[in-house]
Amino acid sequence: MSILIAWILRAIPFGTIIMYGAMGEIMTEKSGNLNLGVPGIMYLGGFAGYGAAYFYERLAAHPNPFVCILLSLLCCLAAAMAGGLIFSFLTITLRANQNVTGLALTTFGMGVANFFGVFILNGSSYSAAPLANKAYAAKIPFLSEKFGTVSQLLFGYGFLVYGAVILAVVLHIILNHTRVGLQLRAVGENPATADASGISVTKYKYLATCLGAAISGIGGLYYVLDYNQGIWATTGQIEALGWLAVALVIFTTWKPLNTIWGAYLFGVLYWLYQFLPGILGITVSSYVTDLIQMVPYVVTIVVLIVVSQRRKKENQPPASLGLAYFREDR
Amino acid sequence: MEYAVQLKHVTKTFGKVVANKDVSLDVRYGEILSLLGENGSGKTTLMNMLSGIYYPDSGQIFVEGKQVEISAPKDAYALGIGMVHQHFKLVDVFTATENIALGLDKKEKFDQKAVKAKAAAICEKYHFELNLDQKVYEMSVSQKQTLEIVKVLYRGARILILDEPTAVLTPQETEKLFQVIRNMRRDGKSVIIITHKLHEVLEISDRVAILRRGEYIGTVDTKDATESSLTEMMVGEKVELNIDRTEPVNPKKRLSIQNLTVYSREGVKILDDVSFDAFGGEILGIAGVSGNGQKELLEAIAGLQPAAKGSKVRFFGEDQEKPVELLGKSPKQIRDAGIHLAFVPEDRLGMGLVGSMGMIENMMLKSYENGHSFLTDRKTPRELAEQIKEELHVVTPSIQTPVSRLSGGNVQKVLVGREIASSPIVLMTAYAVRGLDINTSYTIYHLLGEQKEKGVAVIYVGEDLDVLLELCDRILVLCGGKVNGIVDGRTTTKEDVGMRMTNLKKGATRQ
Repeated sequence: MSILIAWILRAIPFGTIIMYGAMGEIMTEKSGNLNLGVPGIMYLGGFAGYGAAYFYERLAAHPNPFVCILLSLLCCLAAAMAGGLIFSFLTITLRANQNVTGLALTTFGMGVANFFGVFILNGSSYSAAPLANKAYAAKIPFLSEKFGTVSQLLFGYGFLVYGAVILAVVLHIILNHTRVGLQLRAVGENPATADASGISVTKYKYLATCLGAAISGIGGLYYVLDYNQGIWATTGQIEALGWLAVALVIFTTWKPLNTIWGAYLFGVLYWLYQFLPGILGITVSSYVTDLIQMVPYVVTIVVLIVVSQRRKKENQPPASLGLAYFREDR
Repeated sequence: MEYAVQLKHVTKTFGKVVANKDVSLDVRYGEILSLLGENGSGKTTLMNMLSGIYYPDSGQIFVEGKQVEISAPKDAYALGIGMVHQHFKLVDVFTATENIALGLDKKEKFDQKAVKAKAAAICEKYHFELNLDQKVYEMSVSQKQTLEIVKVLYRGARILILDEPTAVLTPQETEKLFQVIRNMRRDGKSVIIITHKLHEVLEISDRVAILRRGEYIGTVDTKDATESSLTEMMVGEKVELNIDRTEPVNPKKRLSIQNLTVYSREGVKILDDVSFDAFGGEILGIAGVSGNGQKELLEAIAGLQPAAKGSKVRFFGEDQEKPVELLGKSPKQIRDAGIHLAFVPEDRLGMGLVGSMGMIENMMLKSYENGHSFLTDRKTPRELAEQIKEELHVVTPSIQTPVSRLSGGNVQKVLVGREIASSPIVLMTAYAVRGLDINTSYTIYHLLGEQKEKGVAVIYVGEDLDVLLELCDRILVLCGGKVNGIVDGRTTTKEDVGMRMTNLKKGATRQ
């Protein structure tokens, strides 16, 4: 039982990282833009947020946790949106190929983060922002202790975990029950139709891509300042998470509400290798571990196959996903 | 203030191509105006400038007496102009109501229930049949068109533009649509219909405006016009609109299709137990609402579609006693077996020709295996290309020019020329005249007639029922992938074929 609890306590924060990544990408893809730069954007967001927190902690005389959160969150959003803006400009205004641009953005975001990371690391293998970590990982007071295990499972996380769930619900409502959502979906499904209805396709694509990037960026921030205990090190870990977020978008069939359980399921599957052998009472060798870590991807492929077999229109990607729109195209 | 819309000296160019040159046109209140012209004459471009899709290079537009700037679709809506495009502008995964709500004015409250109620009222007023909760991808073409019209009316359009509204409708659906259009005229609305079908022009419109190669030719009252006078204005010269149909001579069985069933990749039955024979020396027409299995039928015969078990497609060559089974053979195996099967597919530049290659290379697609040398033989295809260019009057800068740069009609001439040059025994064509001008269309009809007289079994999949009735000896009607009767082209009526296209008769599968 205790292993199971530990497993869930690990899975939910993990799921939260990719949930942000996936929700941002869903928003972007709903506008018809396939942004494969999610890993790069998560790097940008994570690094900018960490950098802001790190310098604030070092330079302020009396660092305040709220200011720290505010600063790092703002920097994260700005950097991630800048990434989204680069993608938007290239693919919407210049109509560059979205796949190539997205992959380039991934490499770019990783490169930028690791390049500037060198100056913060200053020769050591990692650096830390403990105050920011404390602020981000702070559990809900009172509730998280009152009811034992239940409290632990439900209330024992940093505020971004709850933010993600709320955001998923909000996105669901916006996409499916508001004028803005209807128009955004129309842009992604059939931009010519949206255009003929008097909707500004370019505006929607820009906004959805930049705001989507901002949401994805929070995933990177959460990874560094909460999940990774406020430690920055030059690794490729965020990239792997970014791709998992892209897989999650497909897994959820482009529905924000599905990201809630989908992300946690991915978290459970990802940590399968560490906890399942314990529950079953067996030991597995390291190469098997690597194989087990593959499970989320395998599940995504299975979902893809199932969805493509059933061919239900509602479960398909936006019809004009990945295509540039030009009104006077003939 | 006599005119609802006035265009004055409007010009629009795309790069070097002049789509509209100095066009002036008036539309009155409460009239049905046909905008007539051949494909590529600039009808749609002109109307797109009224609906805000394109912006004119020069010229003025007056709506209800006032000069206006229409730089985006929403400007057009604000002026009461609504256009139903030939390629419907609908979002497939949305319901009818959602599609209507998409165009709501920002000032209006976003309330889908109210939208639905108002749309239902419009449906009632003009007698539209529409399920407002249905998703667009579940709708038939005619339902989608109805939705488009409701959408435009919902936005308060007083001037309606319909682009080729009957292109995809059956005769019965067309009649229904015309009734609706007359209802709208009675309501004081101005309706502009873009079309190239003469008999419809004469039936529905009050006046006809004619465009030719981007230029405005004139407007005539429909009551003073005839088919031939309109054609002359449209083409610029007198055109013989007759198709010679000779009696089939000595028909020989060439193809025998039995119980042909084809499933799509998603497992949907596209062709259901189709059986018929095709004879040399006759033209067998295939009619049906598009998407009822025509494409799959030809492709299955040509070896491009796998068929279900129990299906038979047998070819009868010189030796009538020994038919050859075609199913299970690839196009190459069919050719190697000495079977002269020619196929002019619907998708000319996708399946028929390689767009980026010139005429010579495209000729070689059929002959690349000939000769024994390591290098390909380019001389014979070059001669063939020259010959086709001469005989069919293909307009191209050179036979080296990539065929994708040619106009639709010339592309089709290249394709048909090549297929005929292979001296086929069976010639299959799918929508052979789609998008072609009248002259080229008649050239193609004459070519098919010639082939028939030579004893070729011609299979002609068409969409224009008038042509099918004039050209074909027998007409097979497909409905929902089933054969819904094979009728005599000389005695049947358009109404009969139209009925068969939409209403499956019981026990109609076997003939």
